[in-house]
Amino acid sequence: MTQPPASLTAVPVRHYGRWITAALAVAATVWLVVTLAASPALEPATVGHYLTQDFILAGVRTTLILTAVAMVLGATGGIVLAVMRLSDNPVLKALAAAFVWLFRGTPLLVQIVFFGFLGALLPRITVRVPLTGTILFDKPTSLVITGTVAAVLALSLNEMAYAAEIVRGGILAVDKGQTEAAHALGMTSAQTLRRIVLPQAMRVIVPPMGNEVITMLKSTALVSVIAGRDLMTAVQGVYAQNYKVIPLLAVAAIWYLALVSVLSIVQILLERRFGRGHHVHTGGAPR
Amino acid sequence: MTAMIHAEQVTKSFGHHEVLRGIDLTVEAGEVCCLLGPSGSGKSTFLRCVNHLETVSSGRLRVDGQLVGYRESHGRLHELRPREIAARRRDIGMVFQRFNLFPHLSAAANIMEAPMRVRGVSKTDARQQALALLDRVGLADRAEAYPATLSGGQQQRVAIARALAMRPKLMLFDEPTSALDPELVGDVLDVMRSLAAEGMTMVVVTHEMGFAREVADTVVFMDGGVVVEAGQPGQVLVAPREERTRGFLAKVL
Ligand SMILES: Nc1ncnc2c1ncn2[C@@H]1O[C@H](COP(=O)(O)OP(=O)(O)OP(=O)(O)O)[C@@H](O)[C@H]1O
Ligand SMILES: [Mg+2]
Repeated sequence: MTQPPASLTAVPVRHYGRWITAALAVAATVWLVVTLAASPALEPATVGHYLTQDFILAGVRTTLILTAVAMVLGATGGIVLAVMRLSDNPVLKALAAAFVWLFRGTPLLVQIVFFGFLGALLPRITVRVPLTGTILFDKPTSLVITGTVAAVLALSLNEMAYAAEIVRGGILAVDKGQTEAAHALGMTSAQTLRRIVLPQAMRVIVPPMGNEVITMLKSTALVSVIAGRDLMTAVQGVYAQNYKVIPLLAVAAIWYLALVSVLSIVQILLERRFGRGHHVHTGGAPR
Repeated sequence: MTAMIHAEQVTKSFGHHEVLRGIDLTVEAGEVCCLLGPSGSGKSTFLRCVNHLETVSSGRLRVDGQLVGYRESHGRLHELRPREIAARRRDIGMVFQRFNLFPHLSAAANIMEAPMRVRGVSKTDARQQALALLDRVGLADRAEAYPATLSGGQQQRVAIARALAMRPKLMLFDEPTSALDPELVGDVLDVMRSLAAEGMTMVVVTHEMGFAREVADTVVFMDGGVVVEAGQPGQVLVAPREERTRGFLAKVL
């Protein structure tokens, strides 16, 4: 490599094109925001009024609980399904594949409405001891599968199908030598999965699962079609009466944005945690 | 006394591809056996059969008197359950060409994992043992280091320590130095030498002729899935009887 002589000043390349496109994009954005904000329909005072109303906060809480429960059930079920698909048992393999096919192949909205109206298909839920007539449990479906239960069922079963694929990909991404080393040490398959393979698969699983949580948080809005008491249901309840659709949608949007932002930070922290041992810290050298 | 490894006409096929075609081999307790042979001759496959990472297709393979993969009772053979297979493997250490350390665990944690999970050793005892083993392989100061921050030679020494932590009665090494830069090979071989000196039974697949000549009690030359020649290093390496052995040695020496 030849060094430029010291007496000359190096002139960096000027990216005029870059500056022009950036200026245009900023101008367009400012124009859009100003125009929309100036609309009398937005009613900032109304937005501010509803933002922290009790029933809106209750909706936010339900949305968070729905997301958390559906994600925990979905991820746990997803791990089970992934292990089934990777097992040597052809029946388990086929069952897991069929489950994924069914729940990935139909829209979430259809699944939510389906569970919401399960009573039409199955009027009573009855559990009998086989061969004897003893009835252990017998109730109308509509009392067991309430709106909330239907929402949780639909969201978590749907999530299981997606999580299964993510977990399966994560497990397959772990080098086969890891399993062999663990087996050679006398660890059982279950121990190997839990202690060696899954922790490493996490590195591959966490980023897409983080996206799943964010998608889930927003998908909970769909349960408003069966009155799932979530944030979106709460907002709809109000604008159905006072017709202040835009301000109330803004309330919902602000809350969803805030929650998603918090989740994104959590995701970054988790990715760091599970990346342990994979980055050699060399004092800021580019990766 | 029973031999540590006793193989009689052991074969192994992958589909129609017969990789081992009748291996006869005996390794006595306390013996160091070096396996040599060209690529694809089945050395790794045989080693993996010994601790049941592969299942033998036919023949008899005994480790410490017990048939690999089977339990004998009342004159019948019962195939082992996965749990029993795992239990047998506890007593056999294996060291891989590519180390296969657990990247999410520190050096010490790599060593502690199996004693704690498999043998039920307490965390305190496992840690004490791990530190002692790290000291023994010359890595006392790297206990908290993650594998990615260690050199290949250091990783392989941690891998040896990890296998030793299970107090095995047999150690299998599959080309332990082949993935290492030449200047790092010596440290690993030194550790293996000291193990041999302590009387550990070892089967070592290697291309390190110096190590084989100096440390091995028996050198076994394999080709095409059979044992072509076996004997003391002074004989097999210096005055091979078989033409195939001579050809191989001429290439590697
Ligand atoms: N799981 C497997 N499935 C199919 N074929 C295999 C498998 N493992 C090994 N083989 C084949 O068996 C033959 C012997 O392989 P093996 O790894 O035992 O040879 P090796 O003597 O260890 O060679 P090298 O010195 O290259 O390590 C090769 O032809 C290989 O392709
Ligand atoms: Mg090999």
